[in-house]
Amino acid sequence: MTYLGGEYDVIVIGAGHAGSEAALASARLGCKTLLLTLSLDSVAMMPCNPSIGGTGKGHLVREIDALGGEMGKNIDATMIQSKMLNTGKGPAVHSLRAQADKKAYQFRMKEVIENQENLLLKQQEATEILVENGEIIGVKVHTGAVYTCKAAVICSGTYLKGRIFIGDIQYDSGPNGLFPAMSLSDSLEKNGIELQRFKTGTPARVDAKTLDYSKMVIQKGDDHIVPFSFETDHIDMEQVPCYLTYTNPETHQMINDNMERSPLYTGDVVGVGPRYCPSIETKVLRFKDKDRHQIFIEPEGLNTNEAYVQGMSSSLPEDVQIALYRTVPGMEKVEFMRSAYAIEYDCIHPTRLKPSLESKDVKGLFFGGQINGTSGYEEAAAQGLIAGINAAQYLRSEQPFVIDRSDGYIGVLIDDIITKGVDEPYRMMTSRSEYRLLLRQDNADLRLTPMGHTLGLISQERYNQFLDKKAAIENEIKRIAEVIVKPTEENNIILDSLASSKIRHGVTLSELIRRPEIKYLQTKPFDSERPLLHWSVVEQVEVMIKYEGYIKKQLLQVEQFKKLENKYIPQGLDFRTISGLRIEAIEKLHEIKPQSIGQASRISGVSPADLSVLLIALEQRRRNSETHKGENRNE
Amino acid sequence: MEVLLLNDDTIAAVATGLGGAGIGIIRISGKNAVDIGNALFVNPKEKTLKDAESHQLLYGRVRDPITKKDIDEVLISKMKAPHSYTAEDVVEINCHGGIVSLRKILSLVIKAGARLAEPGEFTKRAFLNGRIDLTQAESVMDIINAKTEKSLEYSVGQLEGRLSQKLEELDGALIGILAHMEVNIDYPEYDIEEISYAFVNNEIIKLLNIIKELLLVAETGKIYREGITTAILGEPNVGKSSLLNTLLMEEKAIVTEIPGTTRDTIEEYMNIQGIPFKIIDTAGIRETDNLVEKLGVEKSRKLLKQTNLVIFMRDISKELSPGEKELLELLKNRKTIYIANKTDSLEREGIKIPTPWIPMSLMKEQGIDILKNKMVEMVYDGTVNQDADYLITNTRHIQLLEKTKASLENAMTTMKIKMPIEVVSIDIMDALEFLRGITGKAVGIDIINQIFKNFCIGK
Repeated sequence: MTYLGGEYDVIVIGAGHAGSEAALASARLGCKTLLLTLSLDSVAMMPCNPSIGGTGKGHLVREIDALGGEMGKNIDATMIQSKMLNTGKGPAVHSLRAQADKKAYQFRMKEVIENQENLLLKQQEATEILVENGEIIGVKVHTGAVYTCKAAVICSGTYLKGRIFIGDIQYDSGPNGLFPAMSLSDSLEKNGIELQRFKTGTPARVDAKTLDYSKMVIQKGDDHIVPFSFETDHIDMEQVPCYLTYTNPETHQMINDNMERSPLYTGDVVGVGPRYCPSIETKVLRFKDKDRHQIFIEPEGLNTNEAYVQGMSSSLPEDVQIALYRTVPGMEKVEFMRSAYAIEYDCIHPTRLKPSLESKDVKGLFFGGQINGTSGYEEAAAQGLIAGINAAQYLRSEQPFVIDRSDGYIGVLIDDIITKGVDEPYRMMTSRSEYRLLLRQDNADLRLTPMGHTLGLISQERYNQFLDKKAAIENEIKRIAEVIVKPTEENNIILDSLASSKIRHGVTLSELIRRPEIKYLQTKPFDSERPLLHWSVVEQVEVMIKYEGYIKKQLLQVEQFKKLENKYIPQGLDFRTISGLRIEAIEKLHEIKPQSIGQASRISGVSPADLSVLLIALEQRRRNSETHKGENRNE
Repeated sequence: MEVLLLNDDTIAAVATGLGGAGIGIIRISGKNAVDIGNALFVNPKEKTLKDAESHQLLYGRVRDPITKKDIDEVLISKMKAPHSYTAEDVVEINCHGGIVSLRKILSLVIKAGARLAEPGEFTKRAFLNGRIDLTQAESVMDIINAKTEKSLEYSVGQLEGRLSQKLEELDGALIGILAHMEVNIDYPEYDIEEISYAFVNNEIIKLLNIIKELLLVAETGKIYREGITTAILGEPNVGKSSLLNTLLMEEKAIVTEIPGTTRDTIEEYMNIQGIPFKIIDTAGIRETDNLVEKLGVEKSRKLLKQTNLVIFMRDISKELSPGEKELLELLKNRKTIYIANKTDSLEREGIKIPTPWIPMSLMKEQGIDILKNKMVEMVYDGTVNQDADYLITNTRHIQLLEKTKASLENAMTTMKIKMPIEVVSIDIMDALEFLRGITGKAVGIDIINQIFKNFCIGK
């Protein structure tokens, strides 16, 4: 029996990291939103590592925050350790990472969702999408309720036909012992959405009281915590350490002896796994000459003994897992609380998505997160946010909101998956961005907050604060370019103490700061009229002066990039009718349907010559339509 | 890629095929065309190209602005936009000093700021600027890919052998450095050694030496030696190697520094009456029964495609074999000189050899001059001419190698002024992209693949 359960503007299926952001964005933009989850206890759950951020990923979180998303604030409120990675390198690759109290993270996100205006959170399994004339009209759940909608966002994570493997044991399951979603896949396929099988895995959770930390190396957080959210002023808390230990030849021997019991090698797992989350057996097999691998022990929260064993994900049988964990120093007496497993699940081909994350196959249906073939909480949240925003834009008949590759890592992520497709779960890395010097984690607000404000996700109050910060940066850069440091003996003594060469004639303060060995703060003695500035302003001033030449070079490249992104390809252009394109190019262009010459240029198999042909075809089309217009006028 | 598609820079290329007389036109199109032409041109009456009227021919010389050396006498003209082929400012330099000066002038034009045009690019611009009407659009589109494929074929042809080995060595080294840098950046907490600037610097010095060596040989023409590509084909023992040896003994053979040890053919260079020939010697297949059989039909066709001229040789004392007939069939529409060798072994003298066969007896040293005259004649009357594409690919390779070099030098400076690793990686990435321009291979996800191949990372 079915019944009408309610009418909504937007329905979000799945309340993980993608679904939470999607639902919050949609509701905050004024859409009446329903958020469906298999279990109210798994909202914003972290079924793998207990941390947010990391290289590339930390950038994504800051961008989500700059646009008005929730992830940054949520981790700021629930972190138990924080670290800025890569501080030995340049500012473009500094990356924030924080250890989360998993349960606290979930509770806070659930609370925010529950208290969000326009948003209703329900525990129900979506079993069918209802499509009429190629357009989404509603979602049916397992109890028989039908909810109508004008747009829907699917963020089903690893739940679709989820199947868990632990050695030779395998069973249908979602992550972390939750129910899988066994019905929705069929409904998607029935509506023309093709699926593929991906795989991922997670290590065991062990009981901390059975670990001997004295045999491991302590890993502490930073003394000064940089928050993720631009709205969090500072974070003060007692930090919890992580611990480092290593595998050894004994561990590796045990793996080799039991390899034939791993489903990855017996052929039982068909899904494609990510290369950057290899199981310990894969690492041992592929890098035979390495006599040890790193293992990090990460606490899962303040109120639990559960600890995450990073570096030891495995799909070996449970008895082998336990034995091999016990070969590691400090883990001789370890007891498991949850076993390591591999999980296989359905996901879509992201090349079937538009830059807005709307499906090319069903109107009004959006996808975000792991179902798009990505991996990671941050990647998921970023897509969820964009999918949620665009569901709202779709409803308001506004232009899709698209961040391009020069605006942010979110743009790189989405453009990569929809243009190039994925053959393994996609993880963000800073090396995926060609404008890395511009897309820094420290300037995410300067890049994206104005967009968030235009959309309506950034309050006027926050926006005003942002404008003040921006003005302060600009003023200070201008000011120090005019402060002259004279070649007095006094000044040269200071320079000498900074291990910097003396000056023979007057130089500007900016010129001094451009020297690699000199920091802005150290130049105070030369600068009697220095205003009191927030550290985040100082940070921007310093980066923009020190790397000015390189930043300018990248800005020029961006200018060229933008020109090609703005050469639009009309929707509905039939690439198969263009003579002169090579067959491979026609096939790829027809499949991806790029929206601009720029996007087309990133499709593998489309050559520069093909793009030239395409430009001519577009010009031909334009002139043809002009001629027709002319004819009409004459009539 | 961006530059290529935006159509707002200045491009240059050789606009004509290279006949034996060596007259060629270099065409420059784009907003800096006149400035570039102006910078290289000197006129006895001190007229400048800038002040000249549109569509007027000026006589003078092209002078290297740095060495102040005159390169060639030329006729130069400018066509102001929009009254030109591309509807942009166009400059044409007519020069007649042969291939060497044509190449030299083209490289000066490029040093002065032009980019080497892609195949079909002048026509593409002409269309996009409204100069060519709509009905011609289809043919323009067809030209571009056809020409590109042809030029790639040439490019690949030139890259065989030691040069491509060197390029692969450079490529592999750059990818190795980048993968190491990127793994340090994206996986900072793994126990992977940090790449040091001292190491990168040393590597770059090594790479720069390879590039310098390549540039040196490229510029002195020892690697890319242009010439009318000529293949001597025929069954074993008809006298092909004797002919080659005779020609080599008579004409001063230029011994190439890159013998094609890994392939079926060897290239020899010689000058006949002032015209350069590149003779493809099918030495490696000399010992077998049948060329087509040995090489396969496709490979024979490919070989033929790369040649401007074929010398087909048979033993006139023997009937045509099935293999020879097959080969003659393949040669039907190609520029071919037919040699009937071993007239000395015919039973009686004075047997008339039917045209187009040229009678020859290598033993008695007869017929060789007739062959040489015929080869030269076919060049002069235009039956055979060398495609400018060879010249173009050569210039392109030099240009790209130079840009690769400049990027690597930038990387060294960037390290010297203690910029962080992610800034250095930009310069090295640039270098790799320029280098890849030679083979047309995209950089794509090679670096990420390399990271996972070389390093054990992941949680």
